[in-house]
Amino acid sequence: MKFKDTLENYIFVAPAVAIFSIFYIIPFIWVFQLGMFEWDGISFTKTFIGLANFKEIFMQDRSWWQAMWNATYITLIALTLQNILAFMLAWACDREIRMKNFYRVVFFIPPVLSEVVVGMVWRFIINDIDGANIINRMFAGIGLPHLMHNWLSDPQTALTTVALVHCWKGFGWGFLIFLAGLQTIPRELYEAARVDGANAWQSFKKITIPLMIPVVVVVAILTVLGTMQVFVLIVSLVGGEFAGHTSVPVLRILASMRGSSRFGYACAQGITFGMVLVAISFIQYRFSKKSR
Amino acid sequence: MLRKNLGIAAILLFTLTGCSSKCVDSKPTINVWHWMTDRDSAFQELAAKYETLTGVKVNFELYAPSDAYSQKIRAAAQGVNLPDIFGILGEKRDFGSFIRAGHILDLTPYMEANDSAWKNRFFSKALAVNEFGAGNSYGIKTGVYGVPIDIMTIQMVYNKKLFKLLGLNPAQPPRTFQEFIDIGKKIKDAGMQGLVSGWGEVWMVDCFANNYAFNIMGKEKVLATIRGQVPYTDPDWIKVLYLFKQMKESGVLANGVVTMINKSAEQLFANEKAVFAFNGSWCVNVYKGMNPGLEYGAMLPPEVPGRYPIAIWGGAGSSFMVNARSKNKEEAVKFLNWLTDQDQQAYLSKVTNNLPANKNSLSKIPEILAQFSRGMDYATHPNVWGVSEFSAVIEAWDRGLQSIIIGEKTPEQVASDVQKVKDREMAKKRAQ
Repeated sequence: MKFKDTLENYIFVAPAVAIFSIFYIIPFIWVFQLGMFEWDGISFTKTFIGLANFKEIFMQDRSWWQAMWNATYITLIALTLQNILAFMLAWACDREIRMKNFYRVVFFIPPVLSEVVVGMVWRFIINDIDGANIINRMFAGIGLPHLMHNWLSDPQTALTTVALVHCWKGFGWGFLIFLAGLQTIPRELYEAARVDGANAWQSFKKITIPLMIPVVVVVAILTVLGTMQVFVLIVSLVGGEFAGHTSVPVLRILASMRGSSRFGYACAQGITFGMVLVAISFIQYRFSKKSR
Repeated sequence: MLRKNLGIAAILLFTLTGCSSKCVDSKPTINVWHWMTDRDSAFQELAAKYETLTGVKVNFELYAPSDAYSQKIRAAAQGVNLPDIFGILGEKRDFGSFIRAGHILDLTPYMEANDSAWKNRFFSKALAVNEFGAGNSYGIKTGVYGVPIDIMTIQMVYNKKLFKLLGLNPAQPPRTFQEFIDIGKKIKDAGMQGLVSGWGEVWMVDCFANNYAFNIMGKEKVLATIRGQVPYTDPDWIKVLYLFKQMKESGVLANGVVTMINKSAEQLFANEKAVFAFNGSWCVNVYKGMNPGLEYGAMLPPEVPGRYPIAIWGGAGSSFMVNARSKNKEEAVKFLNWLTDQDQQAYLSKVTNNLPANKNSLSKIPEILAQFSRGMDYATHPNVWGVSEFSAVIEAWDRGLQSIIIGEKTPEQVASDVQKVKDREMAKKRAQ
């Protein structure tokens, strides 16, 4: 009887395990295996080189680590600016304000737009020569002509501009999740706090923030995973890696695959990148558990 | 029971005879995968014509953009399910890998049949891109492995109307680099935009620099550098890098050229917002679509006076290869032979505004295309050099050029950075 129950349980989970194995575990192992070969992606023969690709990534490939830093920089801006903005807007829409449903729809428009479209629209808005130069005209119009700048073609500002456009595109996701989280907080808690004499700031600090921590962690993990993998927006905004200033890991992986025909190396880069993302997510998760 | 059995037998008989007669009569269908959006309708038209003539159906399938096409071809090669005819968008090294893996048919016997009748109809530089010469560094058997469909040259174009506004003679574009730089000062003073090009997609800036490398030091020294016999820190290479610094400082480059994609550059030039553009001969069709009234001329990049002439990239624009594993390879070869015949090439050229690969089809092309075709005398291409630079070195070089344009690095710094990468790659190669 016990054996029959156990077998039944295994049969029930078998489809899920099979799908997970076929689409996640086996490809991961395969990609890791390819990472240990020198392979051009065309030939049927591959040369085994052990961990040489990984060694090259860690010891020699400065472009890769510059790309990692660039992605980290965009992620830090997204984690702070984008998520704070998303949280504030969600908090505002959670309260009884006029036209809050309208705002909910409007804030969710940027995330559903294609990254290529967003990149091209913002390139048009920002660029002076092949665009409308709206940002610079605005600065001139409000009496700040010294702030007029070639935002996308200056190495000092290109990456930050990309990061800000990414935040504009991405804050809607955080907004939705934060709003859903805020709506699960029982109103009675706020009422009880008010009866006890707590002001708005104290209610926010003592009720909203602690109860929102699990949601903040989810949003932070999604932001990190989404932002570290950004690349379409960069291609449509600045055309590519711009002398390394807007280079990100996915663009490096693509360059290894397409530019150099080093598929094995690209796989090793992919595995390294994946492990970094897993490590970051794990640290965030542990941190959130502690703070709870 | 007997009735039932008879019925089944009758159905089987009809099915088998129907099938067999069909199998005997039917001609094969040739599948072609291509990436040329602008040529798709012309290809479909020619395919229909070929079917009428021969009964062989040719199925052109478009997979664009070219990046996606390139990935599709690689994936199909891995799965051994390439179509009968396809193209390879990549470096000669990739072409060699496809041949080594047995994906591409050696066309030499077909090309050389009947006193090389097929081979002789092409511009030699168009065919050269698809040839592997004796002792090539890729280890490929000598021969022709692809069929050029059209040719291209990458040159400069200038806007005649803006030339007049700048007080320049539209019939006399700059011939020397110094004249070009001097125009830069006029462009800057007039508040116009100078040279536009897709230098954000780095291969075009690489191409521009290469033209001047040939001009300043000649082909042999360039190839010696690729072989590792001359360092990138050589004064001639630094001189090439200085040209970019000069262009930046003179104002002859448009703002943001370093992050510009070629489509944006084409729009700017077609909309008369830029005086010069660096673009391939395919631009004739693009500009015609964007601004049919655009008055412009083609010119060679203005040369630096010296021992060697300027060189430009040119040769086969697009080429098709035949799948060596295809059961229809003979039919595929026949179709390509027909496609590159004089009439079909003239039709393709007329409809798509591209230069024909068949030299007998050049007679009735527009003047602007003729200007591009004259550049063939100066044409070269990395795919005909017989040696390839390491990808990492090309990347370091291209990034360095961008760094000079944005004023981040000096030519000497870039040369030194590139040479470091070159040394590293050479050491790696020696260790293998």
